[in-house]
Amino acid sequence: MTVETRVDDQPRVLYAPPELLADRSTTYCPGCGHGVVHRLVAEVLGELGLGPRTIAVAPVGCSVFAYDFLELDFVEAPHGRAPAVATGIRRVMPDAFVLTYQGDGDLAAIGTGEIVHAAARGEAITAVFVNNGIYGMTGGQMAPTTLVGQRTTSCPNGRDPAFAGAPIPMTEMLAVLPGVAYAARGSVVDASSIGRTKQYLKKACQVQLDRAGFAIVEVLSNCPIGWGMTPVESIEHLRDAVAPVYPPGVIVDRTAPARGG
Amino acid sequence: MTAVAERPADAPFARRTRVLRKGNEAIAEAAIRAGCDAYFGYPITPQAELLEWMARRMPQEGRAFVQAESELGAINMGLGAAACGKRVLVSSSSPGMSLMAEAMSYMAGSEVPIVVVNVMRGGPGLGSIGPGQGDYWQATRGHGHGDYRLPVLAPSSIGEAMDLVAASFEIAERYRTPVILLADGILGQAMEPVEETYRTPPRLAADWALTGADGRPPRVVKSLHLKPEALEQHNRHLRAKEAAIRDAEVRWAGERLDDADLAIVAYGTAARVARTAIARARESGMRVGLFRPITLWPFPDAELRHLATQVRGFLVLEMSAGQMLDDVRLALEGARPIAFHGRTGGMVPMPGEVVAALHRLENRTGGPAR
Amino acid sequence: MERSVIFSGFGGQGLLFAGQVLAQAAMAEDREVLWIPSYGPEMRGGTAYCTVIVSEEPVGSPIVERPDVAVVLNPPSHAKFAHTVVPNGVVVTNASLVDSRVEREDVSEIALPLSELASAAGDPRLVSVVALGVVAARTGIVLAGSVHRALVDIVGRKRPQVLDMDVAAFDAGIRAAGGRPIAEILRDEARALDATLRETVPVGREP
Ligand SMILES: Cc1ncc(C[n+]2csc(CCOP(=O)(O)OP(=O)(O)O)c2C)c(N)n1
Ligand code: SF4
Repeated sequence: MTVETRVDDQPRVLYAPPELLADRSTTYCPGCGHGVVHRLVAEVLGELGLGPRTIAVAPVGCSVFAYDFLELDFVEAPHGRAPAVATGIRRVMPDAFVLTYQGDGDLAAIGTGEIVHAAARGEAITAVFVNNGIYGMTGGQMAPTTLVGQRTTSCPNGRDPAFAGAPIPMTEMLAVLPGVAYAARGSVVDASSIGRTKQYLKKACQVQLDRAGFAIVEVLSNCPIGWGMTPVESIEHLRDAVAPVYPPGVIVDRTAPARGG
Repeated sequence: MTAVAERPADAPFARRTRVLRKGNEAIAEAAIRAGCDAYFGYPITPQAELLEWMARRMPQEGRAFVQAESELGAINMGLGAAACGKRVLVSSSSPGMSLMAEAMSYMAGSEVPIVVVNVMRGGPGLGSIGPGQGDYWQATRGHGHGDYRLPVLAPSSIGEAMDLVAASFEIAERYRTPVILLADGILGQAMEPVEETYRTPPRLAADWALTGADGRPPRVVKSLHLKPEALEQHNRHLRAKEAAIRDAEVRWAGERLDDADLAIVAYGTAARVARTAIARARESGMRVGLFRPITLWPFPDAELRHLATQVRGFLVLEMSAGQMLDDVRLALEGARPIAFHGRTGGMVPMPGEVVAALHRLENRTGGPAR
Repeated sequence: MERSVIFSGFGGQGLLFAGQVLAQAAMAEDREVLWIPSYGPEMRGGTAYCTVIVSEEPVGSPIVERPDVAVVLNPPSHAKFAHTVVPNGVVVTNASLVDSRVEREDVSEIALPLSELASAAGDPRLVSVVALGVVAARTGIVLAGSVHRALVDIVGRKRPQVLDMDVAAFDAGIRAAGGRPIAEILRDEARALDATLRETVPVGREP
């Protein structure tokens, strides 16, 4: 939807949907964060002029349908294997811009091996990691990132760390690997965090263009359906309960010029 | 109003005490009542409720439950627990089963008893979440690499699925082999009334299980036999075991075969469609019956072959492009004409399509019988 | 004889639940029944549905091409299912949301403001329970009393605090469809039972 106004009697576009975002409404649940992240990806790739060069890898999760909503070339990876699929693309398509998009079940459970090794190899890949703390697509089961005490359909009494371990801070874990040039965490809590998330994504794309190494941006997102909340409640929960456990910000930036000494 | 809302006494009409149970949950509860010590799984549609039921119930019973990080994790947790002689259930649906192929082969090779449930969906690949029967080859041909076969049991109702859970544990332990319980999205997602009768198979002495070499020589559960001679010897042993299973464990069911001159061969949900189609075909005077394999391996080939002395033709009905069809062909060795009808992708055949296929078969076999 | 009912509408309209109540009612009459939902991501946003097949024999095919009764609670499901009912089938249409009507002579369409009736009973999400009342009053697939008992049993076990509202919604459905209040129906069924012994109760099955 395009929003216009008139300034000094001249038409001015306040908001236009990014060109890389398909002109159809998504099939995500009302209030789902995936839509926002899709828009950010479309904006950033569009602004950098990367659309025609991009080969994107879709995960298995609600956002498998990303290929329906982003006007990009896409390959669908088996559950969790997007970073390996992306590595294959990277190694044979030197001029392509390679993007992965994964949920937390996909990246931090079944795909832990692949993401760690793609990062360790320093693959020139930009990874978008949407952390909604739950398995959305399969009906709201516990994810590796589910908060302690959070109820899901597979931990009906709340996640018990004595039994299911503690939430995995995936991006911090990856950030210790020298192959990771850039790692940051944003969120979809409000307009300013969405704006910052966009900057992180842009930087993560630039890292790939500079061939500086692996880049990942985690985005804290909501799943109103899986969390059993209204969209508004889920955003409040994201801000008040999730963000304190997974603090947003730049986690590592090895592209920053080393200072002094 | 409140007077009406008071809880009524038992329904006045029911003479049977049954409960309405979803297939996935019925299978899970049947496993618990069969004495399952440990369950490992990973969420996947249309099987997720099985895991969710176990997540709630297993801790209540003081038994082991882990939501694994993947199906690779789940099946190998299963390998570990079962190597200790415990009764173990692992469940998944088609894509997850593919990930388990390696461990299934290891467990067949190292003779680890375990029951693995596959609530099949449409394939190949990520496919659809609709019901399917496209994993027949995978299941009946051993599932993983190497030279072996595994018992495969295929229920066609929720009540039967509950019975077959106990039977699967029994066969797994009697022969020290993984057993696959092959259901599909319909059986997993549907609810049917079931009798809450459960069976706990007695435990056999597991003189191979790992318990710690305390006062006895160490035991090793393994599939590695580096010397080809030794591996061939081991394979001969597996073959002998498979022969024993073929001799003793074949199961099938026949319906309306007594006067039949045509038969539908179908298992699982497809067999239910066949039942409706047969009722309709019989209304128009056709004499059709149902041959329903319950063990897909060992396949009831002698029994099917015997039926060929009575009926003029067979219609194989599957929710696949024709996989059990191979086994029917092998069993019949060209004795009678075989027609096939299948739907794929998560589609379920409609009774009308099946009746039409029966008519085509009838024409091929020389028109209506007199 | 096999009879089938499809409940269709948006996710969140209580469709699966209503189907489950009907299935349990049929079970309580010692009949065979199969309940099958549409499942997975297709439930998001679009049309959700479940089918209940009631029979005297074990249920065969789990998929019905042509249901006897279609309960359609939103416009997309009216477009998808209302025309599929068998000749002389029944369509229960939620006139609160659906403007179109079935253009077939051989179908009896019962169009009632089900959402409004549900709101009046206390919660618009009870729309499926209102529809269940209509089905109970007008189709005879199972006795209204059996549906009532199943509703009371399931809700009473899971969410007893809302039981009164559910029963009110069910009653509203029966009455909107021209039936008598559920309290009277139950009393008469009980009398019939007393008078005639179980075997002669006309529930359409072999004793
Ligand atoms: C091998 C395999 N196992 C399991 C599944 C089922 N499955 C589909 S999506 C998904 C996880 C989704 O969770 P997440 O990655 O957190 O993404 P979300 O849906 O929450 O966006 C799973 C387990 C599958 N498709 N393949
Ligand atoms: S289930 Fe959750 S993650 Fe999936 S589309 Fe719905 S809100 Fe989004």
